[in-house]
Amino acid sequence: MSAGTRAATLAAIRRNRPAGDHPLPQVPVFAPLVADDHVAAFTEALKRMGGRVVEAGPAGDPLGHVRERLDAAKVVASAVPEHAGNRDLSAVTRPQAVDDVDVAIVRARFGIAETGSVLFTEAELVVNAVAYLAQHLVVLLDPADIVVNVQAAYKRPDFAGAAYAVLHTGPSATADIEGVLIHGAQGVRSLTVVLLPRGDVRAA
Amino acid sequence: MSIEDLTPRETGGMIHPEVRAPVDESERHQDGGRLQHAEAASKPIAAPKTREPQPRGAKIRGNRPIDQGEAAERFLAAPLHQAAHDERLWDLRKKRDVSAHGIPEWEELREIASSIKAHTLSRLDTYLEQFEAAAKANGVHVHWAADGADHNRIVLEILRSHGARTLVKSKSMLTEECGFRHHMAASGIEIIETDLGERIQQLDNEEPSHIVAPAVHKTRMDVAEVFAKTLGTDPDNDDAHYLAESQRETTRPYILNADAGMTGCNFAIAETGTVVTCTNEGNADLSGNVPPLQIHSIGIEKIIPRIEDLGVFIRLLSRSALGSPITQYTSHFRGPRPGTEMHYVLVDNGRSERLGMEEFWTSLKCIRCGACMNTCPVYRRSGGLSYGATYAGPIGLIIDPTFNKRKYSTLPFSSTMNGSCTNVCPVKINIHEQIFAWRKVLAEEHQIPLLKQGMMKAAGAVLSRPAAYRAAIGTADSALRALPRFAVYNPLNTWGKKREMPDAPKQSFHAWYKQNRMAGAAKKDVS
Repeated sequence: MSAGTRAATLAAIRRNRPAGDHPLPQVPVFAPLVADDHVAAFTEALKRMGGRVVEAGPAGDPLGHVRERLDAAKVVASAVPEHAGNRDLSAVTRPQAVDDVDVAIVRARFGIAETGSVLFTEAELVVNAVAYLAQHLVVLLDPADIVVNVQAAYKRPDFAGAAYAVLHTGPSATADIEGVLIHGAQGVRSLTVVLLPRGDVRAA
Repeated sequence: MSIEDLTPRETGGMIHPEVRAPVDESERHQDGGRLQHAEAASKPIAAPKTREPQPRGAKIRGNRPIDQGEAAERFLAAPLHQAAHDERLWDLRKKRDVSAHGIPEWEELREIASSIKAHTLSRLDTYLEQFEAAAKANGVHVHWAADGADHNRIVLEILRSHGARTLVKSKSMLTEECGFRHHMAASGIEIIETDLGERIQQLDNEEPSHIVAPAVHKTRMDVAEVFAKTLGTDPDNDDAHYLAESQRETTRPYILNADAGMTGCNFAIAETGTVVTCTNEGNADLSGNVPPLQIHSIGIEKIIPRIEDLGVFIRLLSRSALGSPITQYTSHFRGPRPGTEMHYVLVDNGRSERLGMEEFWTSLKCIRCGACMNTCPVYRRSGGLSYGATYAGPIGLIIDPTFNKRKYSTLPFSSTMNGSCTNVCPVKINIHEQIFAWRKVLAEEHQIPLLKQGMMKAAGAVLSRPAAYRAAIGTADSALRALPRFAVYNPLNTWGKKREMPDAPKQSFHAWYKQNRMAGAAKKDVS
């Protein structure tokens, strides 16, 4: 019975409490390891983690630099106003239904310069599974939304508010067979960040 | 030096140049360079293309002590496997060093991480209650499991109450510890591992040999053989990309049709009730986000107080494990998706008792990075399966005996005591000191073989008397120089097996010091 186990476990923990005070340490704010140009640092870090980074396209075609990828795709699921796509994520009722998506487009809540990571919550993804079941992921990131490091990221309120929050740092990867690096182990085969400010709907 | 300086074309710095792969199949950088993130090797490493049967792990005979040495000998007798294994893990260790040296506050981070863990463990009851309350407020069902069997029973009950027939899961050492898959085999519910390495091991009916890289002891030819038998792939095609893609294609239908998904837990945040997983493949996120029922198995020692503390651990974990700054996915599960159910199973399985072991409780700080395994010369040369336990390598030596003192009584002797494990541990567990402490405990409780007991007694008698120690050292050194090989390399000296004894110094340090420094000091006094 779970209630009995709960009481027994907590009692054993109290009985076996290690001696000593062990105060919770203050975590200092360390000096940033990256230079002031957070966009450059983010770009370099993400590339090393297997991601791609491109600039926004010209006015009228902000996703111009991923146009080839988009044009080759049969099913594009977009969670952003910058691109219409042809699969309406808000109409999806079962996550399994996005298995046929070739390219998913989502906006990152923020990026991390130190690691090249981008954060999504259920609000950005609409259907969480699309970020993994899609073959390729295109991420819009406002250069103004890049924080300096992982520590700074965890000071933000996003993690306490979201039911699901995830940092992506490049595509799905494995090297479980003799250390050979392979992208697209189970999730997306590629992740491309387009540096595009919010509200810059130049396509319109 | 940056990681890119470990260039793929060089064989310099390799322990076994013969396992330098002739071609490089790793993914490329956007600008064309070679990538080595995740658990990728910094240079192409492959066992030479000669078929060599994969050495298998320790023989498990009920409760009888594991003979790690016997299994290690069989691993050493497979030179191609041994060389590729040794090279690959040493490469991970080197990547870890480069990555750690890139952070000036590395040592401070280790210290803070260690203190946060000590703090949390010293108030684990309070933090578990806080975690549980937060999780319940988030709509998560929380269960408490006393041991592995209890965990398995609880999960089975959850699955049965939903009429679940299949469960996809990501890698979890805790579920290995609980014998979850073995237990579920009789239940009629199909369990599918979705991590590539873990799936290889599941299909080969073998335990994972490494915390982070479960199939690191296998060559691609071994994998090709397993997949040909179980997934119907071409037995002659051992291309790593082909094999990985075959696994992706055959696993995807299971993920889409699964009734339930399961993950382990790297960190559990008390203040928010969040479960955090750190993975590279995205399979934990698939397990948690596709099926309508999600279960997270959590060791009670995984708790940390605040979200803010994650910043410390995330910076340490992947750098220590793989040498990459972060894993591809750092996932924070806090509440169920609309219309789905989310369960936490909090598992004790000996942890609350370990908390009361004065010399060993700090082993509960472990964040399962595997750095101690990668650096350990015994582990690298004997393979993880030789330990015959869920946890191999240095961390295994100090955790396994808490589960079964008799069965794992010999493991603390599988160490050179070089202390490297302690030096690389991101949460500063004094691993090699605990290994030594376990030897004492096991000797006192008569859990160790008679031969080792006799040697330890003799050693104890000598070490406790300085004069006897000096006399013995003098004798041993000259004996090494004078005795014929058969006397040094005999079965009583287990350390003489498979290795050459070092050349004995002509003079002990003590004798040298007496002759040079003390004589010098005496001279100085005179002048």
